[in-house]
Amino acid sequence: MIWRRMTGFPAWDYWTSPFEQLERMRREMDRLSEGLGRGLFREPMAGVFPLMNVTEDKDNYYVRAELPGLKADDLDISVKADTLSISGEKKISAEDENAQYHRREREAGKFSRIVSLPTQVDTGKVEARCTDGVLTVVLPKAESAKPKQIAVKTF
Amino acid sequence: MADTESKALKVKEKAEVATPAEQTRPGLVFTPAADIFETDKEITLLADMPGVKAGDLNIDLHENVLTLDGFVKSPEAADEVDVIREYRTGKYYRQFTLSQVIDRGKIDAELKDGVLRLKLPKVEAARPRKIAVKSS
Repeated sequence: MIWRRMTGFPAWDYWTSPFEQLERMRREMDRLSEGLGRGLFREPMAGVFPLMNVTEDKDNYYVRAELPGLKADDLDISVKADTLSISGEKKISAEDENAQYHRREREAGKFSRIVSLPTQVDTGKVEARCTDGVLTVVLPKAESAKPKQIAVKTF
Repeated sequence: MADTESKALKVKEKAEVATPAEQTRPGLVFTPAADIFETDKEITLLADMPGVKAGDLNIDLHENVLTLDGFVKSPEAADEVDVIREYRTGKYYRQFTLSQVIDRGKIDAELKDGVLRLKLPKVEAARPRKIAVKSS
């Protein structure tokens, strides 16, 4: 483009479509900010172990957390109206005392976390299971919190 | 390990990696946290790989390079909508170079509650041998 401008030709694409230029710039900016967002801001984090993903569908909330090495017995889960609390202890079993460690990256310790859910849940029907080191708690939404479908009548 | 028992666990974000070769399946790749320890007889490797099923884990030992490759299926159903997302799921990938000579026929792997326990026995020749000195 510079070359064309230098040669004195009023470069065609430059003059004929300023909007296209703008569009290109906007796209470039989007790409940049997207890259920034991925690198710097990421997911919102409470900074409390364990990290949790909460999803919902029409009837339930699903709370998931990665807890490798934990069994259901090691966890203490309780629900009250709209809060779920999970606590427990991650243990790392003692190995052979003659063992020489090369790496020790896995951590042990206690944890406790409370999450409040957007609506009340049916505390009697909450289910939790631990499979392959992933805890899933299914919390059915309380009847009062479910959206009511309103039928539109035609007269 | 008694000193770590009572400590409160801190949040550790999963370490994302760029694998040397491009993935055939799109998605994120994480490094599993691992413990490695050695005794006279064997090297044991423990790796946290939550969400990986035994059938989705590939362990490969090739010319002293051990490769762990675990695929995680998203546990979420299609109609679930995100409320909060604090961690992401993807596959686990990690390579280790083993210096010791490993008896390949006796490698034993067990995946339980998302933790891989890999026993790599040393070959007879690589085991340290204590030589008793006789006094005459």
